[in-house]
Amino acid sequence: MGSLSLRRAFMKFNDAITGVLLLLLALAVLVNVSSFPDIPGQNIGPAAFPGVLAVLLAGCGLLLIWQGLRSAQRQSWIELGAWTRSRLHVRNFLITIGCLVFYTVASDELGFLITGFAILCAMFWALDVRARLIVPVALVVTLVVHLVFYKGLRVPLPWGILLPLQW
Amino acid sequence: MTADVFLQALGLVLDPYVLVVIFFSALFGLFVGCIPGLTATMATALLVPLTFFMPPVPAVAAIVTATAMAIFSGDIPGALLRIPGTPASAAYTDESYRMTLKGQAEMALGAGLVFSALGGLFGTVVMILFAPRLAEVALKFSSFEYFWLVVLGMAGAVFIGNASPLKAGVSLLLGLLVACIGLENPAAQLRFTMGLPQLMSGVELIPMMVGMFAISELLRYVTSLDPPSVIAVDRIGNIFKGMWALVRKYPWSLARGSALGTVIGVQPGAGADMAAWMSYATSKKFSKEPEKFGTGHVEGLVESGAANNSALAGAWIPAIVFGIPGDSITAIAIGVLYLKNMNPGPTIFINNPENIYAIFLVFILANLLMIPLGWMTVKIATRILRVARNLLMPAILLFCIVGSFAINNSVWGVVLILFFGLAAFLLEENGFPVAPAILGVVLGKMMEENFVTSMIKSDGDPLVFFTRPIAMWLAIATFVILLWPLLAWLVQRLRPRRA
Repeated sequence: MGSLSLRRAFMKFNDAITGVLLLLLALAVLVNVSSFPDIPGQNIGPAAFPGVLAVLLAGCGLLLIWQGLRSAQRQSWIELGAWTRSRLHVRNFLITIGCLVFYTVASDELGFLITGFAILCAMFWALDVRARLIVPVALVVTLVVHLVFYKGLRVPLPWGILLPLQW
Repeated sequence: MTADVFLQALGLVLDPYVLVVIFFSALFGLFVGCIPGLTATMATALLVPLTFFMPPVPAVAAIVTATAMAIFSGDIPGALLRIPGTPASAAYTDESYRMTLKGQAEMALGAGLVFSALGGLFGTVVMILFAPRLAEVALKFSSFEYFWLVVLGMAGAVFIGNASPLKAGVSLLLGLLVACIGLENPAAQLRFTMGLPQLMSGVELIPMMVGMFAISELLRYVTSLDPPSVIAVDRIGNIFKGMWALVRKYPWSLARGSALGTVIGVQPGAGADMAAWMSYATSKKFSKEPEKFGTGHVEGLVESGAANNSALAGAWIPAIVFGIPGDSITAIAIGVLYLKNMNPGPTIFINNPENIYAIFLVFILANLLMIPLGWMTVKIATRILRVARNLLMPAILLFCIVGSFAINNSVWGVVLILFFGLAAFLLEENGFPVAPAILGVVLGKMMEENFVTSMIKSDGDPLVFFTRPIAMWLAIATFVILLWPLLAWLVQRLRPRRA
């Protein structure tokens, strides 16, 4: 309620679609738990709790499908909100996701300093930071974060190809 | 509270290290609250990777202080920009902005500050008085009572105050299913790991929460089409002028807001934002001049400003006594307590009373510290509000990455923040509240354990769940909440037909 309802929906699926997805998830869980073994001498095994949850979830899924179908005439199946029509915002959304993916695949090889610096540059560029500020600010922030976590908290941030510079 | 436990607790809090942590967490909380788009829950999620490296008392002190400050300073952009700094200020943002337009920015901010502190202190006193008593009762609880308590909390989180209980229920179930992942269940059966060894010990709470409360917020920021906002005033005068008169004019609003806020806080799933909305509504209902509400009238601010801060303290009561979080912030805090081997529950009052009293003292200290530091923040608020968010947000992203990496020193944490950030973003866009999901994740294990233990004890007879006296009353309360919407719906359906 409140603050949430004030927010405009951007990427909204019809409830029926969400309901179908939840139903599928519930079925997958039920299929999965059916292979769990029973505990000998006990009336309740590891399948019971997730099984109950899946049944409840399936029930919620069905209710959502019913709700969604009732409102289907008034509402399209997928409402793509204003930001998906702004190429700039879609780009920024993808860049943010991309930065996180980039860190997971590249940080071991390239090391924290290079990956972190690259991520900051990409994000600053995407968010329209003045061109001459991008590199110096990205450098300083990366070094500060490195100092706090690597030196201060002794988190073994990867050095990657900069290993010879380790301090 | 015996004297030497109290002295021990005082010693824990007055440790210079703890005081420094409190001071910087306070500044951090004030800053985060003041920046629209950064919430108090996000402040907690961002602090957690740092608290990971601290002993329990400073870790909890950091969270308590930062959130109390953030909930107050969320009022600042509300009054100056007409954008709530945190969702907890949304209820009265229009009102306080109108006061600013009328030239009463000082009074709006002053009331926000003074009544936040008073509300917070009220909630703290309630916590100090009731939490130990409740813990004594809770010591007698067996798995049956705990099971019902968890169900009761969940029912409240789903059915109280949500626009769609169905969607809140789905969130809760998804959270509970996430809690099922891994080996840590009563039967030690490997569940839903999808072949990933990283999931054997379950989903780590901290990266998940950083994802749900920080990454999702960042995604919302980069996709926001809102135009930049304009600061309504340049200079802010003495915010304390006229505050004493307000306290004397609206003592009942203060008391009502603080009391309602504490109760809403105790109730799992609903926190400071809900407390503010409900208190604003009650304030208008009981006001002698309800027609002035919405025109820049301070009365609603007094009541809901006190309510959102008292809710923070209230939420800690079930969190400490039962391990059941009263809001999303305490859900994260419980995760931190578990990591520190300071498992919440009634026995904590017996085994580590000095830690609990230290938390109480931190609450008092934080709410007192709020007055001078809050005043300072208001003084430089116009400058804080001009901080370039396009520089700040990428820095937060990098911080989230490193923070989640630090939990296990592996990029798996980063995978988790990405997954849960996207999930929370999509869920909220589609009207599924995130708070019940967090509650589900935190309570899932406790619920299953107590359910399984009870079933084994009862030899599979479900009636035993209702035969113990306290369990029975908890069960009745749960069913009342569960059936209430159904009854209301039936009454509504039948009425027009009769007419």
